[in-house]
Amino acid sequence: MTAELLRESYPVQGRNFDKAGEVSGEIKVMLKGLGLDSQVIRRTVIVAFEAEMNVVMYARKGTITLVLTDTDIKLEIADEGPGIPDIELALQEGYSTATPEMREMGFGFGMGLPNMKKNSDEFSIESEVGRGTRVSSVIRHSQ
Amino acid sequence: MKLSEVQKLLDCEVLTDNLHPEVEIKDVVASDGMSEILAFTKSGELMVTGLTNIQSIRTADVAGVCAVIYCRGKRPQQNVIDYANSKGIPVLATKMVMFDVCGILYKAGLKGVS
Repeated sequence: MTAELLRESYPVQGRNFDKAGEVSGEIKVMLKGLGLDSQVIRRTVIVAFEAEMNVVMYARKGTITLVLTDTDIKLEIADEGPGIPDIELALQEGYSTATPEMREMGFGFGMGLPNMKKNSDEFSIESEVGRGTRVSSVIRHSQ
Repeated sequence: MKLSEVQKLLDCEVLTDNLHPEVEIKDVVASDGMSEILAFTKSGELMVTGLTNIQSIRTADVAGVCAVIYCRGKRPQQNVIDYANSKGIPVLATKMVMFDVCGILYKAGLKGVS
């Protein structure tokens, strides 16, 4: 049985582009302090960053929860927002529903969800239109 | 190629407190898309972008790039420079457009990431 070593939850405010990415920065500092492998940290922070940006861009609010066990880092990002009507379509590289405002900020290239999936060892999305989205990512590490 | 040599080649102004002039650069990522930068970088690349918002530095931090060059004569606000200083990421600015920046760096022997 894997032991849970650490659990942290971070709130994310929707539409607050000034703060977008702050939580991922905190996660990176925290993981570096734990001495984990640099590539594991990089993958985890990329997943967290892309997820955080999605919450800021599309949701009213969300929470990023990080759980560290002796074998994995689990990230769960749950938001209250419009939800994703077609998850398979959303996972396609290049597909984006970003507004012109978001594109001017450098987002909406349609690579966010593919980046998250690519950097995860296990990845899943659940969503309900009109309620919100939950993304789960597992990144394995070795101690 | 050292960052100090890149600075001279592109006639860059250094915006942060530190340059890290001896940092060795081999690969370059050039994009105005933050997710594109995250998709292609591995770590240690030089990042060239025309986006000067704070997310450009947050992306640079997440991607682990060694420095950021803002092109097209774009300049960030002071809070962006302060944030880059806090993260120890050198930030430079050039008046050259991205196409020219990429051409000059490619001709000098640097490679893109894919």
